[in-house]
This record gives sequence, structure tokens and C-alpha cells, in this order.
Amino acid sequence: MTDQGATMVATRPEEGAARRATSRRAAARPPRLGWGQRLEVLLFVAPALVLMSIFIVWPVVSAVRMSLYRWKGFGPMDDFVGWQNYSLVLGDDVFTGAVGHNFTIVVASIAVQLPIGLGLALLLNRNIRFRGVLRTVVFVPYVVAEVIAGVIWFQLLQPGYGLVDTLVGAVGLTPPEQGFLGSPDITLWTVFVVLTWKYVGLAVLLFLAGLQNIPQELYESAQIDGASWWQTQWQIAVPLLGPTIRTWAFLSMIGSIQLFDIVWVLTGGGPANATTTMATYLINQGTSRGNYGIAGAASVVLFVIALVMAVLYQALVLRRDSQEAR
Amino acid sequence: MPRSTRVAGLAALCAVTLMTAACGGDDSASGDGDANTITWWHNSNNEPGKGYYEQVAKDFEAENPGIDVKVSAMAHEDMVSKLEAAFQSGDVPDVYMERGGGELADHVEAGLTKDLSEAASEEISKLGGNVAGWQVDGKTYALPFSVGVVGFWYNKALFEEAGIEAPPTTMDEFYDVVDQLKAADITPVSVGAGDKWPAAHYWYYTALRTCPQDVLEGAVTSLDFSDPCFVEAGAALEDVIAAEPFNPGFLTTPAQEGATSASGLLATDKVAMELAGHWEPGVMQGLTDDGKGLGEDTGWFPFPEVEGGAGDPTAQLGGGDAWAVAEGAPDEAVDLVRTLLSDEVQTGFAENDMGLPTNPAAGGAVSDPALAELLSVRDESPYIQLYFDTAFGTSVGGAMNDEIALLFAGQASPEDVVEATQQAADQEM
Repeated sequence: MTDQGATMVATRPEEGAARRATSRRAAARPPRLGWGQRLEVLLFVAPALVLMSIFIVWPVVSAVRMSLYRWKGFGPMDDFVGWQNYSLVLGDDVFTGAVGHNFTIVVASIAVQLPIGLGLALLLNRNIRFRGVLRTVVFVPYVVAEVIAGVIWFQLLQPGYGLVDTLVGAVGLTPPEQGFLGSPDITLWTVFVVLTWKYVGLAVLLFLAGLQNIPQELYESAQIDGASWWQTQWQIAVPLLGPTIRTWAFLSMIGSIQLFDIVWVLTGGGPANATTTMATYLINQGTSRGNYGIAGAASVVLFVIALVMAVLYQALVLRRDSQEAR
Repeated sequence: MPRSTRVAGLAALCAVTLMTAACGGDDSASGDGDANTITWWHNSNNEPGKGYYEQVAKDFEAENPGIDVKVSAMAHEDMVSKLEAAFQSGDVPDVYMERGGGELADHVEAGLTKDLSEAASEEISKLGGNVAGWQVDGKTYALPFSVGVVGFWYNKALFEEAGIEAPPTTMDEFYDVVDQLKAADITPVSVGAGDKWPAAHYWYYTALRTCPQDVLEGAVTSLDFSDPCFVEAGAALEDVIAAEPFNPGFLTTPAQEGATSASGLLATDKVAMELAGHWEPGVMQGLTDDGKGLGEDTGWFPFPEVEGGAGDPTAQLGGGDAWAVAEGAPDEAVDLVRTLLSDEVQTGFAENDMGLPTNPAAGGAVSDPALAELLSVRDESPYIQLYFDTAFGTSVGGAMNDEIALLFAGQASPEDVVEATQQAADQEM
């Protein structure tokens, strides 16, 4: 591949054209495409472009448009209110609370799931008994659909007679009066525990795959130098797993920002908005209350937050990995 | 392979992809627009209701040669979400269900629903006051076929076990009943506050008992909640919550899905009572293994009087379902709706215990004793207030329900409920 960046250097317009012409020659590109070939390229790319426009560009554009109107979801969209929906969303304590919940989950996921996932991956990478079975056990929750996981946990967490309350009672503790899902102070953490149960499997799977890429010779030579198992893990495995961990953290972050299914099934965002996320907020405003304009504004805010986070993460953290790869 | 063939092949592939993509988003092909086909969506998707409506459609086809009635029987929730999508696309079934109030007013404003005032004047006069919830600016847009009221459904056996002699008629008596049940180690009440509206029904009722009728009727049209009785309603509800009558975990309990829902707890003898509408016996039957619900033990009493309240203690909270016709539907669709409200069809509807008929001619045909009792309460009530969330429309009603749920969680005051409702109402203006 040639470096396209060279042709993109912007200068004054009249100079630009001349520069481009020279640099094109200088770059010794392959001969220009004939019309037939151009058509071929176009035909290859067209389906992807069309699908992207229909399923990505169009929904984003219509969400932005919807967010500028007061609209109940049917009839003509003609009540233009400008930025009012945005000020309603940003001024709504429930929404700002939801943003807080999303970021709490982002931070907690990385702080808790990373050590657990890493520990399990290092353990399951060893030649221990029942390794296959254990790997499966750890990974199975990830395979279960979010909604099904939610329904299962909803039943397990039934206050009074659910399995969790029974177990908690059996060890002599008192389960919360309203149950683990009905007490505003702890419900978000209950949801987080379920999320961890569900997603640690993914972390372990990715980390195990990353560990396979570390050449065996590195461990062997370290062992010859007299390094203990702990030292080899800490000095070799973990640092070389860096890119995998950073990729996992990115996935985890984006997933936490968009968190919806499990929360919706377990609590519906309640009790008392204690587990509302940006996604449950916008669904509630849209489908339950018929405030599609407000839902549109909330979805645009969610999109912008996710985009900013993704771009920053790409620029500050992942860039290192892509440069190293070159 | 010669070049030209390759390009042609690619073009064909591309065309197919494009077509699939384009067709995927537009699946609106349905029978409407065709003058000889009437599409009818209803939610009686189990027997005997499903079969009964199929027969009604066949009879209508026989009487109207050349007309084809396409019936879709769906589970209630499925129907609601499909209808929502239909309203958004503007492709509404010819005959469908309307719950009245603000929702209907929105549909009328968007030009989706046909005015039936002229074409069905005969039926409208027969239904009398029942149509009130389905009128907008003096015009009738849908004909109610089942209207019921909300009250406490209770387990007679558990009441007896706790030594309760008669159902309570005032709030003080209600608190005594709660204490007696607790003393007998029985959870008094279940409420599906996870779904919010079942909790909100408590506030609707305390408002109905503390506010005079003209204040409530005024609020529905003016969306003005400044009368102090609305705050009193919240205070009365706080007293109920303070008595701690509810099932453990009520803040996340769903209304009627599964054995651990509020209705399921009542149906399986886990609690003694629940505030719910006329649908409750049917729901409980669906949640028990023998399909009988509470059976003989099913009892009902109206929401107690709030002492010192200005509301009529015999006024009831209620609502129902009505048949509406889409604006673009053929005239025969109106005829079908009129047929559905006829003496014969309503009598069959009542005989099958599908709901509480609105046509007076069918009143005597209800066979289920609990429903028959409810029917007499409804017909003797001087005033039936449509569920507030339906009456105010989804936007205001949703804000109100959310805030009432917060009150149940101890995180909102009676003033907050009024304020949040007023705020949402002001945005509507």
C-alpha cells in the first residue's frame, strides 16, 4: 500500500492541484483504472454503501431530525421545537442520573472484571485438571442471550423465596427487605454482579486467545533463568497481553455505555430510577411515553458520548497498538 | 470468462442485493385500501373468545356477500406494539381497538380515526354514558364493547382465616384488615409497582375519593392540577404505603406476568388481595395450573372511602376497550363495528365471559358471578373516571405514573407527583 497521507497535505488551492499532480506521479501509483474496471469497483462497493446508508446513515440522520421536533410517534412531524428537547433531556435529573449509572458501570467493569478475567485466564492457561470443563463453565454465561440471563436472574433474585435470598438466609445474613432488585441503594450493584457473571467469560476467552500468541520460548528462557511461575506471568504474559486487554477494555466500555437488555429485564430501570441507563431512558421516553422527540435527543446525546469516548480511546490508548503493529 | 459477462453478472448480483435491502424495510403490504377486504385486529387470542369472533366474522361475511373479513387474533401486548407501529406508518387496520382518552385524541388529531357519530348514531344512543371516554370535541370515534371498573380482588378463604368478617368500606377499616391479616401471618396486598401503572391506580383512586367530580373532569380537559385535593390524594396514599401492606419486593414486582407477579401471588394464595380491574379473574386463570384462578374464593370490594375526602365513595375508576375504524377504511368496516355492538353479538360476548358488555340488552347474560357483581357496581356508579394515564395521554400519564412509582419507593412527596404531572402537562400545551 502507498501512503495516501502524502496526497492529502492541504496547501493553498492553486498550489494544491499542481502538488497533487506531481505527488501522484512521484508516488508511482499503479496505472489508472479503465472505465470497465472503475465500474467493477463501483459495483463491488455499491451494495455495502447502500446497506450502510440504509442501516447506519439514515437512522442516525432521522434520529437527529426527530430530536428537533415534538412528535408523538405518528402523524406528520411538523412541530419544530429546535433545541428544546435537548435542554429537557440534559436538564432531567433522571437522564443525568442515567449517565452517572452508565459511567459507574464502565469504571466498575474495568476495575473488577479485568482482574477476575485475567486471573482466570492465567489459571486456565495452565495445565490443570478439568481445564476444558472449567473453560466451558466460565464461558457458558456469555453464550446465553442477555434477555434469558435476565429472566433467570430475575427469578433467582425474587425477594423472600428466590434462591439467592434463601442462600443468603442460610448463612445467617438478612436479605434486604425489598430484595436485591427492589432496594434503590444496592440494585445497581446487583445488576453489576449479574453483568460480571455474564461477561467475565468473554474477557477470559479473549485473554486466553491472546496468551496463545505469546511464544513459548519466552517462558522457557525465563524459566532457564530461574524465574518462578508468578514472575513469568507478571513479567512476560501480562505485558504481552497488553493489546488484548486494551481491546477488551474498549469493548467493555462501549457495551457499558449502551447497556440495556439485562437492566430492562431485571428492573426496567427502577426502582426509583436507581438503575436507569441512557438506553432504558430513551426507550421509556419513546415507547412508553410517546415522547419520540425527547427520545431522539437522548439517543443523539448517547451517540455523541459513545463517539467521543471511542475517538479518545482510539487516539490515546489503542493508537499505540496500531503503531506497534506496523 | 469474457469480461462483459463478468460485469453483467456483478450487476445482477448487485440488483438482487439492492432489491432485498429495499424490500426489507418496507413490508407494509396488507389488505387495506382494498374495498372488499376488512382487516380486524383483536386481542381475544384464546378460547372461547377467539372462536367466537371467528364465527362473528363468518356470519358478517355471509350477510355481506363479496366482503372478506381478515381477522388477526393477538396477545394483548403484541397487539399494542403492532398497533403502535401501525400508527407510525399510517397503515392502520380497518377495525382496531381504542382505549379512549388522550390516546384517542392524539389519533384523531393525526387524522387516523374515523368519526362514527353519524353512521353509528343508533348504537351510540343505546350505549349511553359508556361512550363518554371515546368522544373528542363532542364527536364519537369508537364504540366501547367492554367497560369495567377497578377494585380490590381478594381471597375469601384467607380473609376468613384471618377472622375478617366483612370487606372494608373505609380506609380505617382497610388498615384494620391489613393488621388482622398480618397478625395471621398473611401478606395483605400485592402490587405490581415494577410496571408502574398498578401502583398508579392507588393514586388515581385516592384522587377520586378526595377530589370532587367537577375538579377531576376539569383537570382532564384543562390539565390544571392546582386544586389542593391532588396533594391530599398523595398524602392519603402515603398513609397506605406507611401501613406496609405490600408484598416483599413490590417495587420490582411485575403486574401480571408469571406466578411471582402481583396477580400470580393472589392467584396462588401468597397474598390476600390486589387492586385490579375486571380482567383479573381471567388473568388469574391463566396463571394457575388448573386454569381456575381463585375459583370459588374470588371476592371483590370497591376501593374504600377516604375519610374527609370530597369525592363520591361510589364513584369508580375504570376504563375499557372500544372498536374504532381507520380513517381510510371502507364503509363496511363501520357496519362490522355496528354488528359487534349489536344485541346478539354482545350477548354472545357476555355469555362467553369475554368482558363486561356495554349494550344494556346483554347485561343479564354474564355468567361469571364475580363479573356479574362488577357489572352491577359499574351500572350503579354515578361516575366512572377513565384511568388517568389513559385520560391524559401517554406523555402526561407516563410522567405521572413514574412519579407515583417514586412515591411508592419513598423518594417523592405528594407535591412532587402533582408537580411532575403539571410539568409534563405544560409541555403538551
